[in-house]
Amino acid sequence: MPADDIDPWDDPTAKPLIRFDRVTKRFGEFTAINNLSLNIFETEFFALLGPSGCGKTTLMRMLAGFESPTEGHIFLSGQDLAPIPPNKRMVNMMFQSYALFPHLTIYDNIAFGLRRQKTPKAELAERVDEMLNLTRLEKFAHRKPDQISGGQRQRVALARSLAKKPKLLLLDEPLGALDKKLRQETQFELMDIQEKTGTTFVIVTHDQEEAMTVASRVAVMDEGQLVQVSTPDVIYEMPNSVYVADFIGDVNLIEGKAKKVEDGIDLNWAENQPTLHCKTNKSVSNGQICHLAIRPEKITIQSDTPETKNKVQGTILDIAYLGNISTYHVQLSSGHVIKAQTSNTRRIARRSFTWEDTVWLSWTETAGIVLDK
Amino acid sequence: MRRYFLIITPYFWLISLFVIPFLIVIRISLSDPEISIPPYTPILSLEEGWSGLLQFLRQLDLDNYIFLTQDALYWKAYLSSLRIAAFSTIIALFVGFPIAYGMAKVQRKWQTTLLILIILPFWTSFLIRVYSWIGILSTEGYLNQVLLGLGIINQPLTLLNTPFAVYVGITYTYLPFMVLPIYASLEKLDYSLLEAAEDLGCSQISAFWLITVPLCRAGILAGCFLVFIPTLGEIIIPSLLGGSNTLMIGKVLWEEFFNNRDWPVASAVAVILLIILIIPIVLFQRNEQKQQDLGTR
Ligand SMILES: Nc1ncnc2c1ncn2[C@@H]1O[C@H](COP(=O)(O)OP(=O)(O)OP(=O)(O)O)[C@@H](O)[C@H]1O
Ligand SMILES: [Mg+2]
Repeated sequence: MPADDIDPWDDPTAKPLIRFDRVTKRFGEFTAINNLSLNIFETEFFALLGPSGCGKTTLMRMLAGFESPTEGHIFLSGQDLAPIPPNKRMVNMMFQSYALFPHLTIYDNIAFGLRRQKTPKAELAERVDEMLNLTRLEKFAHRKPDQISGGQRQRVALARSLAKKPKLLLLDEPLGALDKKLRQETQFELMDIQEKTGTTFVIVTHDQEEAMTVASRVAVMDEGQLVQVSTPDVIYEMPNSVYVADFIGDVNLIEGKAKKVEDGIDLNWAENQPTLHCKTNKSVSNGQICHLAIRPEKITIQSDTPETKNKVQGTILDIAYLGNISTYHVQLSSGHVIKAQTSNTRRIARRSFTWEDTVWLSWTETAGIVLDK
Repeated sequence: MRRYFLIITPYFWLISLFVIPFLIVIRISLSDPEISIPPYTPILSLEEGWSGLLQFLRQLDLDNYIFLTQDALYWKAYLSSLRIAAFSTIIALFVGFPIAYGMAKVQRKWQTTLLILIILPFWTSFLIRVYSWIGILSTEGYLNQVLLGLGIINQPLTLLNTPFAVYVGITYTYLPFMVLPIYASLEKLDYSLLEAAEDLGCSQISAFWLITVPLCRAGILAGCFLVFIPTLGEIIIPSLLGGSNTLMIGKVLWEEFFNNRDWPVASAVAVILLIILIIPIVLFQRNEQKQQDLGTR
């Protein structure tokens, strides 16, 4: 038995619910999924992130049964999915295009899956009402899909895919058309449903904040491959590549030549600039080109010379005011632009820096992370 | 002003090309035959003013309609026409739907070609196409020769001048009218809906019945009406392929009109034919309206 405090993905004995075993999917000449292996565990909330066209929907469609892998196998609870048609899989999918049945009312759309499995009438009515309630669509139950708004349609699609209480629920950008408030509420609702029902969720999203909020693990994809699969905090704090660091959140990437020192590396990155020191246990060879990735919020901005080892001086080029935080774009004498973020604890009129000010930027030895690919 | 003009235009056509001619036909159907020009009586003459009009109205009667009920020929012809039209529609649906389905499923670059192939027979005159079926179906025709040659039969079959030949002719002629509207509605169908249905537990067959068929209902109904309505009054195909033992109301009408020169009875036949057609269309419209109202309740 795995101990309670070990997450299943860290437990080598845990049995995954879904296993992608070296799956490749080609459309003609084009490779949409490239030799991908992945385990997803029961009751996980698994988020897929990646640029448009990287193969997220294709991955989902293979799970749902609408595409079959060109090579490799997909297992659900240890069973090879290949011979099982979509209608026999314990998997429901919310389509990116919603795919609502235009000739049926909202009520009948949601009841569609339940009717196919011959749910008793009373139970069916109760379940559909529950779904209508959850997605706040009670008032629209007897309308047709073309008589409601885009966001409402999205909620119908969500309710329809939830109605059958599937073992695995695939959500392809489920909340994109909702306003921020409703989106957040629905996110918490989804997490709630997930906790209550123990359904495993795989969700595609373009919104990293959403992925960070809801997911137990996040997979970052690029061109049909997984670049990194980890918990949200690891993805954010310890990206394994420049690609992931750049894709998730805002980041300063400083390219330079590494020099090994006892507790990490020194990065020689520009003439007339001090070397930057970073603690790391990554094995980097002397003279290797690598990147130092530092999140803007880990950089302190001040007018007097800081005490720390990593510091650079520059002038403020631009200020992005976002209400709660401001991002300062600081140009160094070498031409590099570095972003630093501070939270706006003071009112805007009393802000300490403005355009053209000369400021110091500094960060600790552990703030950055060294990336060699 | 513009708006009224837009509304008036279709009503103008409808009234001048349908309502007025129909009223004339009804008026003739209420008169009596007469050897004269025009071959019926009474004739309305406005010279006598009001009394002339009253005189005219008094002479109109339902005699022709009563006559139609007394001679079994007529209702037999109506029934037989209805049966032939209904069967032909069903056959055309069963043949046409798979054709439309195949056309909609095939790669896009082939669709235009197939569409042209469906319309291509219209380049040839309708009469010539029906005549060519005589060449195929007659006792010495191509079909019998092929079957004899293959040894499937050893006596030529009598195909021409049978109901079979009529069904073949009608189905062949009206098939494009079935295929085109169904194709148009299938082509618009979003195939992710079928995937969604399967995802929710439908087999492919039940997804077809629950999603595909209801969503191209409009196309199917349009196709059925486009085949049923002209078939009901069809005259050339039964005359050429059905011989004397195929009774159809179009033929009866033709004979009343041209052979007997009995315009009033011919008009009565036409009026009843129209009523037979209008009733199902009105019922259908009502039903459609009801469904719409349910949706917006
Ligand atoms: N049926 C198909 N035939 C050919 N190429 C396809 C097909 N389906 C998808 N592709 C290609 O595969 C790639 C991955 O597509 P996919 O739909 O999985 O992207 P995605 O990651 O979901 O993108 P988005 O975020 O825009 O939805 C794309 O480049 C797409 O053009
Ligand atoms: Mg997609």
